[in-house]
Amino acid sequence: MTEHFPALLVILPLLAAVLIPFSPAAVKRSAWHISFASAAASLALAARLAWEAFALGKVSYWFGGWAPPWGIEYSIDPLGALLLLLTAFVTCAALSYSRAAAPAELAAERLPYFYSCMLLFTSGLTGIIITGDIFNLYVFIEIASLAGYALIAAGRRREALVASYNYLILGTIAATFILLGIGYLYMAAGTLNMADLRERLPQVYHTKTVLTGFAFLVVGLSIKTALFPLHIWLPDAYTHAPSPVSALLAATGTKVGIYAMIRVIFTVFKPEFNPSTVPMTVILAGLACAGIIYGALVALAQTNIKRLLAYSSVSQIGYIILGAAISNQTAMTGSLLHIINHALMKASLFMCAGIILMSTGAEKTGDLKGLGRRMPLTMAAFTAAACSLAGLPLTAGFISKWHLALGAVEAGLWLVVPVILAGSLLTAVYFWKIIEPAYFSPAGERRPVRPEAPAGMLAPAVLLAALGVALGLAAHFPALGAGRAAALLLGNP
Amino acid sequence: MTEIITFKPLFAVLASLAAGIMVSLSGGRPALREAWTFAGAAVKFAVIASMLPAVMTGAQLLTPGLTLFPGMELRFRVDALGLIFAGMASFLWILTSVYSVGYVRKLGEEKQTRFFACFALTLSAAAGLAFAANLFTAFIFYELITLATWPLVAHKETKEALSGGRIYLVYLLGTSVTFMLAAILISYNAAGTLDFRPGGIFGAMGPGHKVLLGAAFALFIAGTAKAAIMPFHSWLPAAMVAPTPVSALLHAVAVVKAGVFLILKVVLHVFGTDLLSELGFGPPLAWIAAFTILAASVMALRQDNLKLRLAYSTVSQLSYVVLGAALLSHSSIKGAIFHMAAHAFAKITLFFSAGAIYALERKTKVSELAGIGRRMPLTMTAFSICALSMIGTPPLAGFISKWYIGLGAVEAGQPVFLAVIGASALLNAAYFLPIIYQAFWGGGETAAVESPEKGPLAMLLVIPLLLTAGITLGLFFFPGLLLELAELAAKG
Amino acid sequence: MIELIAGKYNYWIYICLMMIGFYAIIAKGNLIKKIIGINIFQSAVFLFYISISKVRGGTAPILWENAVLYDNPLPHVLILTAIVVSVSTTALALALVIRIRKEFGAMEEDRIAKLRSDGP
Repeated sequence: MTEHFPALLVILPLLAAVLIPFSPAAVKRSAWHISFASAAASLALAARLAWEAFALGKVSYWFGGWAPPWGIEYSIDPLGALLLLLTAFVTCAALSYSRAAAPAELAAERLPYFYSCMLLFTSGLTGIIITGDIFNLYVFIEIASLAGYALIAAGRRREALVASYNYLILGTIAATFILLGIGYLYMAAGTLNMADLRERLPQVYHTKTVLTGFAFLVVGLSIKTALFPLHIWLPDAYTHAPSPVSALLAATGTKVGIYAMIRVIFTVFKPEFNPSTVPMTVILAGLACAGIIYGALVALAQTNIKRLLAYSSVSQIGYIILGAAISNQTAMTGSLLHIINHALMKASLFMCAGIILMSTGAEKTGDLKGLGRRMPLTMAAFTAAACSLAGLPLTAGFISKWHLALGAVEAGLWLVVPVILAGSLLTAVYFWKIIEPAYFSPAGERRPVRPEAPAGMLAPAVLLAALGVALGLAAHFPALGAGRAAALLLGNP
Repeated sequence: MTEIITFKPLFAVLASLAAGIMVSLSGGRPALREAWTFAGAAVKFAVIASMLPAVMTGAQLLTPGLTLFPGMELRFRVDALGLIFAGMASFLWILTSVYSVGYVRKLGEEKQTRFFACFALTLSAAAGLAFAANLFTAFIFYELITLATWPLVAHKETKEALSGGRIYLVYLLGTSVTFMLAAILISYNAAGTLDFRPGGIFGAMGPGHKVLLGAAFALFIAGTAKAAIMPFHSWLPAAMVAPTPVSALLHAVAVVKAGVFLILKVVLHVFGTDLLSELGFGPPLAWIAAFTILAASVMALRQDNLKLRLAYSTVSQLSYVVLGAALLSHSSIKGAIFHMAAHAFAKITLFFSAGAIYALERKTKVSELAGIGRRMPLTMTAFSICALSMIGTPPLAGFISKWYIGLGAVEAGQPVFLAVIGASALLNAAYFLPIIYQAFWGGGETAAVESPEKGPLAMLLVIPLLLTAGITLGLFFFPGLLLELAELAAKG
Repeated sequence: MIELIAGKYNYWIYICLMMIGFYAIIAKGNLIKKIIGINIFQSAVFLFYISISKVRGGTAPILWENAVLYDNPLPHVLILTAIVVSVSTTALALALVIRIRKEFGAMEEDRIAKLRSDGP
């Protein structure tokens, strides 16, 4: 049974997602329970698979028993295991949060379909992480994206529809580019299995076919990842989506996109491809640096809380890609650590924003005066998560920024170091705009409808923020795991 | 050098942390809350004092490291320099707590729980910095000091207080993240370790890497804005919006001393005086320090607000320590370390006095102080003693430190700095002596007014400042212990 | 030169189609026209895949006793999947446009931008 776990990981949520809309009303009412059960099962499966992956180095599953490169292979290595755990964990947290948050923002009759889409999204993400076949990657990217478009469109305001539509257009262009890139690679190498491509492509690295394919793949994935300047879909999407969706998308959607890009650049194409043919390091690093500064500066100017968090995401994604672009052991470790850190913290921040919205109706940064006293737990979680993103000592963010900056120093990229450090400062500044009035101004006119949010909403937000601090103090395990994953990616022993 | 493995440094850090937590939990009962503060302060000082004998013999006290992630560990190591800093801070915390109780109750300040809790946390962070065994630990606690003191700076929550708090954060966090972190990373990459080692960590790297090491050194100095070297000094006057006990302990003793302490550590245990002399980095730093000394004194002359005048005086006096470090000679470093302590006792008295004047007579300006010496004789006597110590006249502690720094300047072959010290003494006299004169002999006849220095709350304000003034005086006559520790620290 | 154009006419066709579709997506303000553009764009990619599956001298990839050489069936399969994806995307996009039309009363990008309550 256990050897089928990789397949179950994808199929369980998929089954649940399909069953919910077609079941009778009584079952539909327990849609949340079904979803949460599925997510919990996924988390258990993911934990088991992650343990196996770290112990054995790789877990491999052949669909239908067909051996690769003819069949589709699912392959989990330490990097995939990390992402799996992260995604499963955040999904559980987001679903737990949805129990109270979703009914507040959606009509009751829509809820079953909402949860169904959440499960579809999860299934898609999981598929992206564990698949070893590049076309399968495209399919799962589309599954996740479509579910994502639907989820975003469920937002309260009509602007959510426009945000979703714009995201759909851009996302479909991106996916089609990815499809095109896959086509070129297939043309050149004749296989779709990632490991097989890795063996076969080096002979044709210098052909225009492969270069074009690589370019299309990277651009398509960059749109999905919201790398500057292809990020324009992100602010609207995150702002207008319902809060659980913002939390889930911000935490997992773009991270899995980055994962896919890292897979393409480092596993399908060997690291040697980059400096010898395309100066990927320079281009990606440059765009990433621009993204860090741009995202932070625009975030400074925002008055809407969720929009500020969205631009903050653009900035933080820049950090992650910067680490991958520098591509030495330390920087890559920092990049992977920052994936974990940002996912957990951004989820917590969006959850807190949703709690604040639900309790006080406040959407703007100026409406948060005195909230530190009235909603102490929420603001404490928000502050802790913000500190971790800013990279203050004793938080997980400090560890990841340390690795990133050290990696830049080791690589001799002196211009990048001030960007990393300045970005940290800017992050602290734009979060400051929210935190200072909350704690140091007398209460404004907005009085909380409820004094503090229901435990089901608060617990995940607080837990995730607390993890940010805990992982800063007990950084050993994530650092080792990330280090090992990074070493595997870069081909280091 | 014998190594002793002990958890005492950790206990010292944790004592005030525990006190801080208990304080924040005892908000509703002021007596219990204050009791926690004193208990924590007493335990902390006792633990630190108990490490003195071992350090005097030259042994090293180490705690086992806590590996945060591969390559970096949090570790404590107690040496003479750290012991001076931690001992001084924790001792003065006891006195400041007494003073604070009187101050906040006299003025009916709000949010007293947050006040006392943040004090305790700051002292934890200060001890952590004092006992840091490597740059990584030092950086973390250095940042924690900033974060723990910010609520104290912005305590009054008025627009000015919040604005002052913002300036405080911008300067301190901005410089430390941008410059110091970069310096630490460069050093780590170059040296392969971040441990503090007598003689420095760069080993044989020396003159070949002048540009790299120069950049690192410059970044370290720029990143230590807590030492208030110009042009990164503006946070200190801005932080005077804080209540006076905060200004007293933190900005005369803990925060600013953290800055110069770190500079001393960088000079002695990261680069090493030999390497710095070889590379010729001493004179530029010495000149920057000299400029700060003189410029800040001039700016102090122009301040009418008493606390602001004292703030600029602090900026000036801190650069004495930096100057001593920059001269790179044994005596000057000894003098710098001695001054770290001497200035602490003197400055805290001055701030205590300013606070007492505000609390008891509601006066904040120098121009309002005519005749106050007759109404508040105890306070103003203490003030005068410590002002003279600032100026550097015997028989006060300030004289000893200036003597050694001056000796060091001659030893280093740079006697021009003697002139700087002398000029600064004159400037100090120019802005302190008029205050003393006006206080005692100014203001004409005053009606026989009841001295405000009566009553239990007033005593809580006055006794600590008399004690610290007494110590300033006493350090001249009994400098032995401090000098010995400074000697040990300066040797390596 | 002739070889470049005539020999690879399939690629030229798909490039032109792709650019037409791409142009429609970007330049047209009407939401439905954008969707049409996406469809053209995606169809061009499908054509590309199919065209690379053709083997010279091969016959359709259906089992047949007289066959000597088959075309590559794999891209056909891939495109079947991709068509399904494209159809789903179009359906979702059209559903969104219907809702947008209901909520905003407009289907032109610039008019919607003016009607939005969170600024242009």
